[in-house]
Amino acid sequence: MSADQYPKVYLYRRIVASKLFIDKHYAENIDLDNISDEAYFSKFHFIRLFKKIYGKTPHQYLISVRIEKIKELLKTGVPVSEACYAVGFESLTSFSGLFKKTVGVTPTAYLTQQQQLKTQMQSNPLKFIPGCYALKHGLMKNSNFEEVL
Amino acid sequence: MITKMTHACVYVLNQDSAYDFYVNKLGFKVITDAPMGPGARWLTVAPPEQPELEITLFPVVESPVFPKETVKTMTDLIKKGTFGPAVFTCNDIYATYEELKARGVEFKKAPTKEFYGTEALFKDDSGNWFSLNQQD
Repeated sequence: MSADQYPKVYLYRRIVASKLFIDKHYAENIDLDNISDEAYFSKFHFIRLFKKIYGKTPHQYLISVRIEKIKELLKTGVPVSEACYAVGFESLTSFSGLFKKTVGVTPTAYLTQQQQLKTQMQSNPLKFIPGCYALKHGLMKNSNFEEVL
Repeated sequence: MITKMTHACVYVLNQDSAYDFYVNKLGFKVITDAPMGPGARWLTVAPPEQPELEITLFPVVESPVFPKETVKTMTDLIKKGTFGPAVFTCNDIYATYEELKARGVEFKKAPTKEFYGTEALFKDDSGNWFSLNQQD
C-alpha cells in the first residue's frame, strides 16, 4: 500500500497540519476554533480525531508544547518570568503551578538544576562520556581500562 | 547480569547537521552535549518518551579511533546507505509519516503493511536509514 492509498489520508494530513500549526504558533493566542475551521472539521470532530492520533486534546497538546519550550528556554538560562511570557502563558502564578505539576519541580528549581548541569558538562565532560569512548579518543590519560583487558 | 542498554551509537558525517535533523526534524531531545576534543562533542539525543536510552551522534572525523583511511571508508559506506542502525516505533505511523515528511525527512518506503506490522523507512541527513514501525 503506497502512502497515498492508506485509509483516510486526507484526514491525517489535515490533523497533522493542525499539529504543525500548534508547533509553530504555540506562543501566540491560538484559537482552537480557528484551527478546526482551517482543518475543515467541526470542533467536536477535530478534537476527537486529534486526541485519537496524539493522545491529547489540541489544548492539552498546546500546553505540553509550551512547557517543553519553556524547559528549553530555562536550559539556556532565560529568566523564569521572561520564559513564561515568551511561550504564550499570561499568568506567571498559574504557569508556575502548572510547571511544577507537570515537571515535578518549580521553574526556578529547574532553571538552577539545568544551569548546574550545563556548567558540569562544560567543566567536567568526562563525567558524562562513557570511559571506553573517552579512552579510545585519547581524552582519558589515567585509566586502567587496557590493564583490565 | 546485564540489566539495560544506556547508549547506542549512530555514526554521523556532521554533528551540527545531525543535531538539526534529530532535534528539529525528528523531535528528539538533547540529553548530553559536552565538549570532546577538537572538532567534536559528546552529543546524545533520545526520543521524547525514552530519555534513558541515549543515542550518541558520533562524528566520523579523524581521531585516534578513526585514521584518515577509516574516515574515508566509513563516510563512503554511510553515504551510500549501508547502515540501518535502529527501529523506532510510534503510536500512529500514518500521522508520524505525514508529519516527518512535512518537516523534510526523506522516506525510502511509505507506510506499508507487512506481516510484522506497518513499516516505513526513512534516512537521516548522513545516509543512515531507520525503520519506523507500528505493530498492528
